[in-house]
Amino acid sequence: MSAVLQTGPGPAQPAPAPATAAGPVTQVRVIRSEWTKLRALRSTWWCGLIAVVLIVGLGAAIAGSGPPYQISAGNSAAGGVAISLVGILFAQLVLGVLGVLLFSGEYATGMIRATLAVVPSRLPVLWAKLIVLAGLMLPLSLLAAVAEFFAAMALESSRGGSAISLTDPGVLREVVGAALYLAVIAVIGLTLGALLRRTAAGLSVFAAVFLVIPLVTAYLPASIKGFAPYLPSNAGGDIWGAGKLFGGHQLGPWTGFAVLCGYAVVLIGLAAWRLRRHDA
Amino acid sequence: MIEIDGLTKRYGDKTAVDGLSFVVEPGVVTGFLGPNGAGKSTTMRLIAGLDRPTSGTVRVNGQHYPGCAAPMSELGILLDARSVHPGLSARNNLLALARTAGIGRRRVDEVIELAGLADVAGTRAGGFSLGMGQRLGVAAALLGQPQTVVLDEPVNGLDPDGVRWIRELLKSLAEEGRTVLVSSHLMSEMAQTATRLVVLGRGRLIAETSVEEFIGHAVAGDVLVRTPEAARLGQVLAGPGVTVASDGTDVLRVSGVTAEQIGTTAWREHLPVFELKPARASLEEAFMQVTQDSIEYHAGATR
Repeated sequence: MSAVLQTGPGPAQPAPAPATAAGPVTQVRVIRSEWTKLRALRSTWWCGLIAVVLIVGLGAAIAGSGPPYQISAGNSAAGGVAISLVGILFAQLVLGVLGVLLFSGEYATGMIRATLAVVPSRLPVLWAKLIVLAGLMLPLSLLAAVAEFFAAMALESSRGGSAISLTDPGVLREVVGAALYLAVIAVIGLTLGALLRRTAAGLSVFAAVFLVIPLVTAYLPASIKGFAPYLPSNAGGDIWGAGKLFGGHQLGPWTGFAVLCGYAVVLIGLAAWRLRRHDA
Repeated sequence: MIEIDGLTKRYGDKTAVDGLSFVVEPGVVTGFLGPNGAGKSTTMRLIAGLDRPTSGTVRVNGQHYPGCAAPMSELGILLDARSVHPGLSARNNLLALARTAGIGRRRVDEVIELAGLADVAGTRAGGFSLGMGQRLGVAAALLGQPQTVVLDEPVNGLDPDGVRWIRELLKSLAEEGRTVLVSSHLMSEMAQTATRLVVLGRGRLIAETSVEEFIGHAVAGDVLVRTPEAARLGQVLAGPGVTVASDGTDVLRVSGVTAEQIGTTAWREHLPVFELKPARASLEEAFMQVTQDSIEYHAGATR
């Protein structure tokens, strides 16, 4: 049928301005919106709880078993703290999953359509999710790391190990760095969820980058292992002393952390581009 | 008001919407019709800015929607597919949307009440039936008291009570001067609710008109005859290709012959005829006639 049946509307209606309840979209409002979601989702608190338990529990378990840690020429105070923080290697997987889910979950459930229909400029949604996720993960991880530090150090010294204080060289940096590291990992998870949009894909890539590749790399011959310090988990791990656990060449705590943040910034940029440019 | 001008959307090789232009006026309910795959949902996604047009423009209340300052006061939309988070309660789903526009809890509770969700507001939306999900979706669309409301199949899965709620809701929104665009595959429902129609077929505009004119344009082909000699006239008219239906009263519904032929036959047979008029097509008949060329998926058709 080629002909289009088309007629104009009837007599023009008077146009009263209908009442409205809605104000302009602002970044602060979108942050409140995202906080409402993050807070109300059970997965947030389950993942958070599991991460805290892993950090504190594993730390206490290590401190409470084996020979007590003695500070000596080769064993610094910071090294002892790093060993007890090993739970982070597992907690990072849980928080990464949380990050992936926070974005991919919106695509999986279809909520993204409702979200973007009310914030059609889109980018404020990404910024808000980043802020609420990092804003929750940072204090949560810091709490876990500090609790782990005091619990582990109390156990060590009760068993005759060296007393380690937060003021010993590198110790405070490792404890605070652990929290910074985990917050950035959660952010990277979020960007993977935003980029890949599918939970399975997001989790696979995250697990590959933070679990599989670092493990495989550890077994590579030294000659082709030059990139190892630049892997996100290895580079970022330097800030909480992970490098000390595995040895090998390290970038240094703040340089390594900067490299990790560099990855995060690139991923945020890609996620923003994808969110903005592609159909929801 | 929704103004669509030269709108085209292609997904890869497939053209979902093809050079579409129409205007949805405020103050009336506009029905959005078309066979499955005609491009209705795509058009709605384009209106909400969820998909970008390949070419053409969409304006909502005179503005480019993604660029407007207070989106929730401009447009409220219910999309066909579910768009709620099953892990959040009905209230938190609504609250999360409301927060983006500074809408308070009082308005959230208002729409919960309005949508009949008060008893389940604290329950996770994942357990909702289709009808409950629809009610929640409609509540979300109404949150900001938007000037323009777009609803894709709102009565889908609703019980009769819910259907009536939607019908009255749409009418009252239009009376308040809002723009209302609603799609439905229930023609009888549409005939009762809509004043104007936009009809699509294969991504193209087939009709943009009033319901009255749309039905008026359709050729029912049937003729209603009122005669005290219904039985005899029926016999006389009977023949190949002619069907005569009688409901036992003095009215016959005849198809296969024109009103002129019936009148002439009756006059020849000396049968009195009190009334002779073309039967009015239903909206469904009108729709079928207009869209039969453009139906994408024929039932049982082999391609």
